[in-house]
Amino acid sequence: MLEIKGLTVEVEDTEILHGIDMTINPGETHILFGPNGGGKTTLLMAIMGFPRYKITGGSIFFRGNDITRLPLDERARMGIGMAFQRPPAVRGVKTRDMVAAGLKERASEEKVRHLAEKADLADFLDREINYGFSGGEIKRSEMMQLLAQNPRLTLLDEPESGVDLTNIALIGNLINELLHKNCPIRTRKCMGLIITHTGYILNYVNARSGYVMISGRIIGCGDPHEILATIKERGYAKCIKCAK
Amino acid sequence: MHQMREIKSSRTYRDSAKEASDKPAAFGEDIDLSSYASSAEEKHYQDDPSELPDTTKEKMLEVGVTLDEPDQRSGTFIQEDNTPIHCSVRQEGIEVMAVSEALEKYDWLSDYWWRAIAVDTDKYTASVEMNQNNGYFIRTLPGYKTTYPVQACLYLATAQLSQNVHNIIIAEEGSELHLITGCTSSSEENAGLHLGVSEFYIKRGAKVTFTMIHNWNPGINVRPRTATIVEENGLFLNNYVLMKPVRSLQMNPVARCVGENAVVRYNSTLVATPGSSMDVGSQTILDARGAKTEIITRAITTGGDIISRGYIEGNAPDVKGHLECRGLILQEGGMVHAIPELKGNLAGIDLSHEAAVGKIAEEEVEYLMARGLTQNEATATIIRGFLKVDVEGLPPMLNAEIERAVQASEKDIM
Repeated sequence: MLEIKGLTVEVEDTEILHGIDMTINPGETHILFGPNGGGKTTLLMAIMGFPRYKITGGSIFFRGNDITRLPLDERARMGIGMAFQRPPAVRGVKTRDMVAAGLKERASEEKVRHLAEKADLADFLDREINYGFSGGEIKRSEMMQLLAQNPRLTLLDEPESGVDLTNIALIGNLINELLHKNCPIRTRKCMGLIITHTGYILNYVNARSGYVMISGRIIGCGDPHEILATIKERGYAKCIKCAK
Repeated sequence: MHQMREIKSSRTYRDSAKEASDKPAAFGEDIDLSSYASSAEEKHYQDDPSELPDTTKEKMLEVGVTLDEPDQRSGTFIQEDNTPIHCSVRQEGIEVMAVSEALEKYDWLSDYWWRAIAVDTDKYTASVEMNQNNGYFIRTLPGYKTTYPVQACLYLATAQLSQNVHNIIIAEEGSELHLITGCTSSSEENAGLHLGVSEFYIKRGAKVTFTMIHNWNPGINVRPRTATIVEENGLFLNNYVLMKPVRSLQMNPVARCVGENAVVRYNSTLVATPGSSMDVGSQTILDARGAKTEIITRAITTGGDIISRGYIEGNAPDVKGHLECRGLILQEGGMVHAIPELKGNLAGIDLSHEAAVGKIAEEEVEYLMARGLTQNEATATIIRGFLKVDVEGLPPMLNAEIERAVQASEKDIM
């Protein structure tokens, strides 16, 4: 379970998140909606533990452990994984090295290749990670690395952005595999928190709850499909009005 | 028993050298040559170099020269101080010998002597002419290709000695030579000077890969002078690795593409530890249609200074060149100064460069940490990636040698 209570987060001395509460139970996937600049990415970065995102109040519990003050890498090793919207290119570090790093002691050439084929990136293994990758290739590469890492909690920042329509189904399949969607909910352990602007991903991935985040606050939650329909029809203004 | 023979040298070269004996190099700290001895005790010839002391063999192995696996090399040349102490060939069509012996054997060799580089370039080339201490001659006959690399080791054992070598490398038409040259010293602290002139002649359709690994000590000054002439459809790949401390290193090798579609690639990997000063460049002159070059330098400072130069000159139609310098500053107090230069004389040429100097990007470290690597592991992975030399066209065995030299030095950096 992921349990966030009263979380406040600062970036460069400016408070971005003002008291966030959220609970994701084992096996559940939640969706985060909201306009640009509303704090969605900040929330994911703070859960992951990036130092620039300073937690100034509240707490984060993950699988019963208080991780509020834990460094980024320890959180990753505890089972939190994140797909980045715009990951950096790391010159000289090959894609295969990143996949192997995620697999750790389970790493083998066969496993690395298997994951690459799954993400349609077999020809990318010897390329420098993210260097010269297209938007869609970056997304598939991020999914591939997460599959190697096999996290208990997956944080996805706009997994469908920059992906053409022919590849979005592939991304959806990879997310479903990552979140163990083929397992019954009762036995499923993996959790997901996904940011989406377009909602396309909901055509491929089932999610239990949706949140609307505006100006650093969650102003509403409910069925993600209903929320998406409302946003599409009336924009975020309606969400703000409902919240009042 | 190998006999040293006196090197022939024309009066003209001697005179030119004499005139340039005080001429400072264009770059780098000026070295007082009078503080070094130019002669040392003659060493014994070794029929079987695997019988050299283990400590010596270990030093040589660190620079890619293996003496316990003779079947992994097509030929071997070893010079200790001023004495060639071993020379052998294991493959037909390849010649490996002391340059003094080659000058005796081949009258025509004088046609190559100081042809790629002028004897009066600076006081260091002049000193090599005036105080010749041998060097190697390596030649592949027309059409022959080395199965395994040929290796040469220039080993500095005596303190305060100036080692002055003049090497000639000729790849005849259609031949292929993979040469690995390791230069190292026996002592971790003795002062010394290494002056090495190397002239490469790559004939039509020939291919030469030259991998030079240096491993000196904080008391040694190094002034290599390398020049290459590449004929039509010839290929020259030059890899240079220096990751250990050195007092000072200054070199600026030049390759001239004189034949159509000649190709030159330089790859340099430099690590400057505190107290080390390096001024290292690579130059390619594209004088023939369709010639191409790529110059890539990766420079890391952990406290020392690196000036990384690059120069490409395009003088013929359809030539193409790219120059890249990436510098990484791992410790305060170190300096990387990238000086890329391009000169074009014609329309229709394509020359470009890129240079970047900075510290390791925090964003990259954090990206790797988000995959579960510790900060130290993430940093090490990035540095290892930065240093990774995957030279296109280099046989896997030589790539592995470079990789091994890099790995052996990684612990000193991280």
